[in-house]
Amino acid sequence: MTINRRAFLGTAGAIAAGLSAPMVLAQGKPRVVVVGGGAGGATAARYIAKDSKGEIDVTLIEPSRTYYTCFFSNLYLGGFQELSDIAHSYGTLAADYGINVVHDWAVGVDRDAKTVSLAGGGSVPYDKLILSPGIDFVDGAVEGWDISAQNKMPHAYKAGSQTELLKAQVLAMPEGGIFAMVAPPNPYRCPPGPYERVSMVAHVLKANNPTAKIIVADPKPKFSKMSLFQEGWANHYEGTVDWIGEDFGGGNVSVNPDAMTVTIDGEVTKVDVCNVIPAMKAGRIAEMAGVTDGNWAPVNAADMSSKADPDIYVLGDASQQGDMPKSGFSANSQAKVCANAVRGALTGSKVFPAKFSNTCWSLIDADDGVKVGATYEATPEKIAKVDGFISQTGENADLRKATYEESLGWYAGITSDMFG
Amino acid sequence: MGWPKVLSCAAVLGGLAPMASATEDLGDADAGKAVFAQCKGCHEVGDGAENKIGPHLNGIFGRKAAGLDGFNYSKSLKRAGNSGLEWHADTLSAYIENPRAFASGTRMSFRGLKVAQDRANVIAYLRAFSDNPRDIPEADPTAKGTDRSVDPAILAIQGDPEYGAYLSSECTTCHQIEGADDGIPSIVYWPDEDFVVAMHAYKQKQRPHPVMQMIAGRLSNDEIAALAAYFNNPE
Repeated sequence: MTINRRAFLGTAGAIAAGLSAPMVLAQGKPRVVVVGGGAGGATAARYIAKDSKGEIDVTLIEPSRTYYTCFFSNLYLGGFQELSDIAHSYGTLAADYGINVVHDWAVGVDRDAKTVSLAGGGSVPYDKLILSPGIDFVDGAVEGWDISAQNKMPHAYKAGSQTELLKAQVLAMPEGGIFAMVAPPNPYRCPPGPYERVSMVAHVLKANNPTAKIIVADPKPKFSKMSLFQEGWANHYEGTVDWIGEDFGGGNVSVNPDAMTVTIDGEVTKVDVCNVIPAMKAGRIAEMAGVTDGNWAPVNAADMSSKADPDIYVLGDASQQGDMPKSGFSANSQAKVCANAVRGALTGSKVFPAKFSNTCWSLIDADDGVKVGATYEATPEKIAKVDGFISQTGENADLRKATYEESLGWYAGITSDMFG
Repeated sequence: MGWPKVLSCAAVLGGLAPMASATEDLGDADAGKAVFAQCKGCHEVGDGAENKIGPHLNGIFGRKAAGLDGFNYSKSLKRAGNSGLEWHADTLSAYIENPRAFASGTRMSFRGLKVAQDRANVIAYLRAFSDNPRDIPEADPTAKGTDRSVDPAILAIQGDPEYGAYLSSECTTCHQIEGADDGIPSIVYWPDEDFVVAMHAYKQKQRPHPVMQMIAGRLSNDEIAALAAYFNNPE
């Protein structure tokens, strides 16, 4: 046991579980280490701990004691959720599932020794390692912006203080001011996310600052649920949203955080808020572990194992798996397939065939919810789409309201599936 | 709006005689009137019918589920209506065969009409109190439609709860294992048969919800049985 005990932080439950664990570890139970406590990692840790009934020792490494879900963080921006509504802790995973929750950064993986090193010192040994680190941003993706500019021009694409900052900036906009968004190129976390955000900002401005405008510079020619969002923007926020796609130079963008200007296809605009969502890549630990190829980590569809190392699995946004969108729902779905496979490999439990699914709900205005979803299967090449559906334009208000209410039910469901 | 005059049963059947001979699905409205005696405790139909314990049934054909203003429907039936469920011969038949399997939280506490002919008859009886195809070309046909009840051989499959436990993880992304019922219905502790009938109704796109049609659409008969066995009594 090489772990530094001071790395065990957090709730009383986490401390109790952490301190009692080494006795058990010494008996040679198989060890699973999970890096990242979001929709992929927390779900995988919980399912392995729950279904192995104590046969597998599970350690979850996650720097944040309070996890803010990225999904529904736009609803916080729009005033439909409190920040506390999207905040979750790891107390139940530690106390009720016996997971060793370590609040620290994973800073390296030694694949020969099979250990993960921690920023706080020490390292954690594993038999199987599950990486679910989410996203990081590609350096230099937006000219003029780097991570040091995030307090002037927030990305708010990892939920928490960045989301709070962006909301405060929107509320502080002068009358008739301009909110700019630099949208990301594919692939990125939560395909409808930027456009739901535009809707939520427009909702806030409509109530507080009706002459304000929104400009979106987008490097893509089209985007997720485009016709639904554009219909919604026309119906609810007429004249507020100016979406500049690839065809009109939306990809030719630079920003100046000090001057608060955005230059789109040569035209300089002074703005009041600038939400820069840069191009994305797998969370850094995936690259440090040497399992990435380009920006993402390729995996085998049947069990989410890395194509570079059979004892490492990569879940969620960081993985390159095929047809599934990078979403919390997808990560949660992949985590269950992975948990089943990892448990089978370590304890000989029955391994069932992989099944994946995803649904993304988006809110356009109060009680105007839309959704898109699909089912997927594992093929030798990739996770391949089987069947799908999308909300239709012109749906009646009752159905849109029901869709929104359904999304609230889903949020309660998935967060209880992740955190217990 | 005024309801069309109540037609005599002879007129209804007479008007559609050619169709009736082409399909054996058409029920006997006279016999249906006798079957309706089981419904009368809660439902009124005909001249001056009003909402009682249950909603009145005038004009039910083509109506959106939970579609009458002023009646306090269950959340479950409202959800089905908002998702696109309309009452036609086939959906009515599925509903009255096993109301809870068709709309989980319905307030209609009726055990269901298990005999297909009884359902066809009572639907033929009710059909006379809705817009008639003889008068309005786009109105519902009177024929009962395909019987989509589940094959007894499928209902007899013994599900594997261990497989069900694995498959259930796809469900629990939305449906909570503790049985919460906000926005998304509870699916735990259902009788196996109700669960299987409901899932096959989605698989056949008879229940309207697109996510559930998609999820159920690729589940095999064995997988549905396994899920029923697991959710019947999750640990």
